[in-house]
Amino acid sequence: MASPMCREIVASGRRAAAAAWGRTMSTASWWSHVEPAAKDPILGVTEAFLADPSPDKVNVGVGAYRDDNGKPVVLNCVREAERRIAGNLNMEYLPMGGSIKMIEEALKLAYGDDSELIKDKRIASVQALSGTGACRLFADFQRRFLPDSQIYIPLPTWANHHNIWRDAHVPQRTFHYYHPETKGLDFAAMMDDIKNAPNGSFFLLHACAHNPTGVDPTEEQWREISYQFKVKNHFPFFDMAYQGFATGDPERDAKAIRIFLEDGHMIGCAQSFAKNMGLYGQRVGCLSILCENEIQAVAVKSQLQQIARPMYSNPPIHGALVVSIILSDPQLKSLWLEEVKGMADRIIGMRTALRENIEKLGSNMSWEHITNQIGMFCYSGLTPEQVDRLTSDFHIYLTRNGRISMAGVTTGNVGYLANAIHQVTQ
Amino acid sequence: MDDTIASHLASSAERRLSTLSHHLTGHSASMASEIPISALSPSATAGSYGGVSSVFVNILQAPEDPILGVTVAYNKDPSPVKVNLGVGAYRTEEGKPLVLNVVRKAEQLLVNNPSGVKEYLPITGLAEFNKLSAKLIFGAESPAIRENRVATVQGLSGTGSLRVGGEFLARHYFERTIYIPQPTWGNHPKIFTLSGLAVKYYRYYDPATRGLNFHGLLEDLSSAPPGAIVLLHACAHNPTGVDPTLEQWEQIRQLMRSKGLLPFFDSAYQGFASGSLDADAQSVRMFVADGGECLAAQSYAKNMGLYGERVGALSIVCKSSDVAGRVESQLKLVIRPMYSNPPIHGASIVATILKNSELYNEWTVELKMMADRIISMRRQLFDALSKRGTPGDWSHILKQIGMFTFTGLNSDQVAFMTKEFHIYMTSDGRISMAGLSSRTVPHLADAIHAAVARIN
Repeated sequence: MASPMCREIVASGRRAAAAAWGRTMSTASWWSHVEPAAKDPILGVTEAFLADPSPDKVNVGVGAYRDDNGKPVVLNCVREAERRIAGNLNMEYLPMGGSIKMIEEALKLAYGDDSELIKDKRIASVQALSGTGACRLFADFQRRFLPDSQIYIPLPTWANHHNIWRDAHVPQRTFHYYHPETKGLDFAAMMDDIKNAPNGSFFLLHACAHNPTGVDPTEEQWREISYQFKVKNHFPFFDMAYQGFATGDPERDAKAIRIFLEDGHMIGCAQSFAKNMGLYGQRVGCLSILCENEIQAVAVKSQLQQIARPMYSNPPIHGALVVSIILSDPQLKSLWLEEVKGMADRIIGMRTALRENIEKLGSNMSWEHITNQIGMFCYSGLTPEQVDRLTSDFHIYLTRNGRISMAGVTTGNVGYLANAIHQVTQ
Repeated sequence: MDDTIASHLASSAERRLSTLSHHLTGHSASMASEIPISALSPSATAGSYGGVSSVFVNILQAPEDPILGVTVAYNKDPSPVKVNLGVGAYRTEEGKPLVLNVVRKAEQLLVNNPSGVKEYLPITGLAEFNKLSAKLIFGAESPAIRENRVATVQGLSGTGSLRVGGEFLARHYFERTIYIPQPTWGNHPKIFTLSGLAVKYYRYYDPATRGLNFHGLLEDLSSAPPGAIVLLHACAHNPTGVDPTLEQWEQIRQLMRSKGLLPFFDSAYQGFASGSLDADAQSVRMFVADGGECLAAQSYAKNMGLYGERVGALSIVCKSSDVAGRVESQLKLVIRPMYSNPPIHGASIVATILKNSELYNEWTVELKMMADRIISMRRQLFDALSKRGTPGDWSHILKQIGMFTFTGLNSDQVAFMTKEFHIYMTSDGRISMAGLSSRTVPHLADAIHAAVARIN
């Protein structure tokens, strides 16, 4: 807990607990001073949605993919992989660093099938507990080996990013990213922040499909950012949670990373298979750190393992097997590429439909950001009050920052949603 | 269902096994020794502009984990008589890892359930799994459960559950010291130190008797500051196999309650020690029965053979359900920035087994078989040493319980046994009984006999 106020609350709680113990040891709880924690804002939305009896209710809160019937999806490639795994003869511990095979495949996705960096074994990589776990391992690693460093986080970002680096005790700052006026990228301010940060600063970058805004730099802008990073010798840490989900093409979605690699940056990268393989609850991801050479990569990997060992010893095997089976089998991989494109295309179609529906209602506001933005989320520009009205009047559930999960939009509800948005923004 | 599963398995087992071994192993990277990296030049693909050295250039390679290092060395040894008594994973009489039949059945049920989706679990994990796990360790009739006073969260096996508990204590408990037994599992001190607690030791193992240093234990806990946290192995102490008797547990409980020490149980072997799930939970239940608070971390790695699935639970027994609710909400804040929510697969398997009385009963039978095989290995090893007239008292092999035996051999003797007899074990003299079979017991007995004779 970072703030002095938090520390004081905790300290006074501790004193209260100690006093309670002193008075009546047998009846007092050690935990009577424990405050109820604030609810997670995103998950709280789904809870509220589930509790709503209205037949018209729409959940565009949590970022999990839904098909056009609003149902969660298990990809066919995943089903097939799981059929092969069921009844397996071995559930033994993975190595501390995780499944070698899964990591190999994950690296190819991020760095390129024919990447020389992979051939040269320069990438320290470990299997991680999805994107969260990968970010946390990196944050702990950053804290341990560069204790004076801090992390620059885009404004806004996925809320849990702040929690992760805070719990790792890495001080954080924000850099400009989203431009409310244009509902796009505040490129000038972002570049200023990059230039003004001390040399060698750590930056968290969303590789594609920025969460929550859906606003990504263009390829040209990425090149400029990369160039400025070179000048300033900044460390780029990419969180890639949506590879394949943005454009439908994993190679294209990795463009930003490839630009930075071409420019010679020693990047760090968190990958998640939660969305692009629909493996949410399996917690499969990968953390990689590009090093100067193989020996350094081996050393860095060994140190990452030292951080994982007292956290969970070794990562879960099941999801890793699914990923490695799919990616290493050409037929299954093709199937996966088709299915991920299908998901991305449906979302792109819903963006178009939502925008057209609102425009057709005669809104005099601009809604082009709906189709300019990319990935699972649309930063609608709605105010918290407008969001509250969407919920109370129309039973539409989304986070109060106006973020709409496009995956929750269907041909069945897009008209209703468009009308509701139009109503609250007139 | 069983026949079709069996034939399905038989027909594609080969393909699956090779697929899986390919996925699981991969070649091991050559591990360089601990040298600083800065001396080496970047490879050809490193960027050519100035200032492109890595910020992590001075990182040294971490030392090999001592336990896992044993298996690495074992794998490298070409000897046909080599025996791996290092890592604590169960092996059959044929020396093979074991997937329990109930686990296979449960997995098939899950796979064949088309409505099964894989979305995120709640931060606290699979609710059904949590309830069933609490019942398993505390007993279905536990008043703490009936009164809704238990906050349970799914954790990443034992390690993850301990870590979440440790982090919670460091944030919310007034006393930041945890006492752990000497010796204990190598990962315990790291887990608690990284959680933010100060680690101290209490005497536990007595090398002279190869049993419990009960007097030392009581003394050390008596002099602990009021409120200090005390880590207790619920059963089958790792690495010594030495457990307190029930009478001794009762004394420990009384002492701890009188001093307000907070019990934190690590239960990694429930059912595996004696073969009885209830008997192996007695220590924990004793503490819960007196109405006091405690923490308990559970692992299903060994007793359900789910090692790599990382399934466990952390329970915090509180004085009231209101407190338990608030505690649970704070546990979420520890978990969310660590991994958001736990993996679903292993917990689903466990829940499937625990809630189905047929599967549950089958499980208890398989569990007892594993425990019995280990107990039989103890008997065989003891008899083999007796037959050879190996000097010394080896009765501790029979008295110790669970997967491990603390032989009392010193590191020189261990090194001798490795070099001359290809016996792989940790240098503290710990052997994993699960790694023994009737076939390999004589060889081990020969090795011990020779080591004791040649080296003191």
